[in-house]
Amino acid sequence: MDATVAFFYDLIPALSNLPDWLSYTIIGAVLTVGAFLFIAVFALIGIWLERKISGHMQDRLGPMEVGGWHGWAQTIADTVKLLVKEDIIPEKADKFLFKFAPFIMFTASMAAFAALPWSARFIPANLNVGLLYILSVSSLVVIGILMGGWASNNKWSLYGAMRSAAQMISYEIPVALSLIVALLLTGSMDMQEIVRGQAGGIFNWNIFGYFPLLFIAFIIYFIASLAEVNRTPFDLPEAESELVAGFMTEYSGMRWAFFMLAEYANMFVVSAISTTVFLGGWQPIAPFLDFIPGPFWFLGKALFLVLIQMWLRWTLPRLRVDQLMYTTWKVLTPFSFALILLVSFIKVL
Amino acid sequence: MVAFYIVLLFFLIGMLIVGITLVISRILQSRKSYPEKYIPYECGELPQGEAWIQFNNRFYIIALIFLIFDVEILFMFPWAVVFDTFGMLAFIEMLIFVVILLVGLAYVWAKGDLEWVKPKPKLAHLAKKKGA
Repeated sequence: MDATVAFFYDLIPALSNLPDWLSYTIIGAVLTVGAFLFIAVFALIGIWLERKISGHMQDRLGPMEVGGWHGWAQTIADTVKLLVKEDIIPEKADKFLFKFAPFIMFTASMAAFAALPWSARFIPANLNVGLLYILSVSSLVVIGILMGGWASNNKWSLYGAMRSAAQMISYEIPVALSLIVALLLTGSMDMQEIVRGQAGGIFNWNIFGYFPLLFIAFIIYFIASLAEVNRTPFDLPEAESELVAGFMTEYSGMRWAFFMLAEYANMFVVSAISTTVFLGGWQPIAPFLDFIPGPFWFLGKALFLVLIQMWLRWTLPRLRVDQLMYTTWKVLTPFSFALILLVSFIKVL
Repeated sequence: MVAFYIVLLFFLIGMLIVGITLVISRILQSRKSYPEKYIPYECGELPQGEAWIQFNNRFYIIALIFLIFDVEILFMFPWAVVFDTFGMLAFIEMLIFVVILLVGLAYVWAKGDLEWVKPKPKLAHLAKKKGA
């Protein structure tokens, strides 16, 4: 039986009495709504945290007023504001594409959550091609960005979307290549198999495989994934000092909020992929710590990487567009090819 | 197969959730309409002309290279999975495959298509003809 279904039948035995299609549909619906709630809560906390971290790094306090203690309710208040705000569709826009872009963007980033392994027993969809699936659905985000940017009929949006498309497709190559390096070690695209192969403490994690080759692959993945999710120093698509807000310029209200939600969901997804593939997923740091449940380790490692992403935002300046292309095509891609050949060569020997 | 059904539900219900949230927002929001609100934003000035214009879109060649590399990566995923079974054979085959692609990358690099601002084609031979 499928691992996900088995997990839910154990949890709620009454489910197994229903007809198969109904119980599968209920399980799927619960998982989808769960993923949505997770993204919403993660974005609420993440945005607040990012403001606080940004503030403290610049020697100011960040939001302090709303809710009392360190402005904890600031993002909740923002959400309420966005919900009751008029969302404006420009007169000259391509209305259908303009309305449809947030759907594509958000659904694509949410669908990636389906294949993230949370613990030894729990993964929303136990796909045997999990890693490939995540890579393919997360590249759908480009289509959402291009759609939104073009449909807005605004120069800033169009430039932002074009830059974004060039950037995201270019950086997809080092992302995939560095994951292939790790795949050579694990020999499976099943996310659970990848994690199981890294059992037995921190030194069995893929990041220390063939030291330092896999470590370099991890660094390449991390840099390229920053560009994939349009984070500083690769946030050219929405470079606020030159392109106003890039492809999001004409969006407002809830439609804009979905773009932001998708951005934070993507941040988590890329961190979760590097956690799963390089940092041992739900495996504990040392074998004797395995009384602490898997989701704690998984979430802890992923959030740590998200924290580094936020930290980098205030450490590195934004790259110029030609430097951006230089980094991916002339540095990251040749290096990751060399890594693949090196690792496979060592493996044959 | 259940896993793929759940993935399908992720897409369908995901769309539904976005739709429902937008409908709720549509009901809650107040709308006040005046024409200036609906013109494209151009830093507060009246927009100059259309945004759907022809402009020099850099990197169309990169899109082509990307396509080739992406297809190749698709080949490499199953290769990496079965690598242990085939050993040396798999290594040599992929070496040939990758080297051919890298020659392509080197060609594009030398031609200057990886620069954001592509260097102008050298017209030295034309100039010579003119002088002659």
